[in-house]
Amino acid sequence: MIAASPQLTADGKLRHLLTIEGLPASILLQVLDTAASFVSVAEREIKKVPLLRGKAIFNLFFEPSTRTRTTFEIAAKRLSADVVNLNVQTSSQTKGESLLDTVANLSAMHADMFVVRHSQSGAAHLIARHVSPHIHVINAGDGRHAHPTQALLDMFTIRHYKTGFNHLRVAIVGDILHSRVARSEIHALTTLGVPEVRVIAPRTLLPSQVRSMGVQVYNRLEEGLRDVDVVMMLRLQSERMNGALLPSAEEFFKYYGLTPEKLALAKPDAIVMHPGPMNRGIEIDSSVADGRQSVILPQVTFGIAVRMAVMSIVAGN
Amino acid sequence: MLPDAEALMLALIERIRPQAGPDTGLVGIHTGGVWVAQRLHAALGLKLPLGTIDIAFYRDDYKKKGLAASVRPSDIRFSVDNTPIILVDDVLYTGRTIRAAMNEIFDYGRPSSIRLAALVDRGGRQLPICPDYVGATLQVPATQTLELQRDAAGRLSLHLLERRA
Repeated sequence: MIAASPQLTADGKLRHLLTIEGLPASILLQVLDTAASFVSVAEREIKKVPLLRGKAIFNLFFEPSTRTRTTFEIAAKRLSADVVNLNVQTSSQTKGESLLDTVANLSAMHADMFVVRHSQSGAAHLIARHVSPHIHVINAGDGRHAHPTQALLDMFTIRHYKTGFNHLRVAIVGDILHSRVARSEIHALTTLGVPEVRVIAPRTLLPSQVRSMGVQVYNRLEEGLRDVDVVMMLRLQSERMNGALLPSAEEFFKYYGLTPEKLALAKPDAIVMHPGPMNRGIEIDSSVADGRQSVILPQVTFGIAVRMAVMSIVAGN
Repeated sequence: MLPDAEALMLALIERIRPQAGPDTGLVGIHTGGVWVAQRLHAALGLKLPLGTIDIAFYRDDYKKKGLAASVRPSDIRFSVDNTPIILVDDVLYTGRTIRAAMNEIFDYGRPSSIRLAALVDRGGRQLPICPDYVGATLQVPATQTLELQRDAAGRLSLHLLERRA
């Protein structure tokens, strides 16, 4: 007997969203299709639907975030839920309370859903294993492990501009090693049938087993970008720049920064994505970030609809 | 013996025709209501584009059943404010779908009126909702489902199914 996935119900429906890994394409497509309907809600005079009226959603952020937390908050409000934001690094955890004690206390306040960001991989899984059956957990980023809603909004963006997946060549560029976004994107792209997923990074920023995820590895940006349809940039985290992994930010930009000249190697209609926050002049040149091929701001807008879709699907299962 | 849906369609068109003005907005409810509304829209020669809505985000049984596996985007491309609207469904039953649809329409704006058209009224209302135009009125027991189907050629037909336990 196969061990049941902690994020699925007994009949295979999405109960929590913890990781993209192991989810069938049908669930990913259900999220994308539902999100398309929520995009149309945002075009109306009243941008709200009554689905989650009376539900209490706790945004539990143990790590700072602006974009993800804000879009989750807007998504919950557009579903008519009550939202409570907790930035826990300034709160009881600094007084020594354990993660599960924090969650138990919030559950006692009649929480219906936790949106969790944590620097430790597996934090959302741990919470999902311990909450009572009516509570749903959404992983908003855990350590180096997963950031499933970011991957889903990226897939929504790709499908919006490229109308499908099975004809695409996609490159993910930058710090693959430390990136939960890259890991979730790779799982989503391969599950949805993208035939060619490339990762482009210096050897020091690649996980040793990355090829086993079904990707092609490039160490030179000029080679990896050739004829791709989609360029997904990653953020280079500042704490990586001064250690042993990289000589300097300037050096990184010289070899891996996305400039107009390098982007010209991709297909002429290639789109450029970035999960934010961007380091202009380190991983991406301003003229590319603000250029006609950039879809970085639409990603943010679509992120609201995708998070509405995830919340309304899990809360109903 | 079920009535012929195509004949009901013609009857419905003639009932609505005297009261459909040039500024009337037509909104069909997915899926069967959209089929009926498409036929009405063409036959009545209405100027405003046909609106369609999927009431999945407004259902009152979300808590029990969760979100439908497939939700189609609602699409109303005319200004709802001050527009007289005819809301169209295929089979009118409990009235809960109509309540949800009216709630959704009001999130687009404030129509001057909403009237209700249904190809068939099968009885069994659970809310104070009453159609303004119907093709036919039937009595169908609660153990059965009355369903409108459309074949590849676009022909409409009614079917009686035993309700799944």
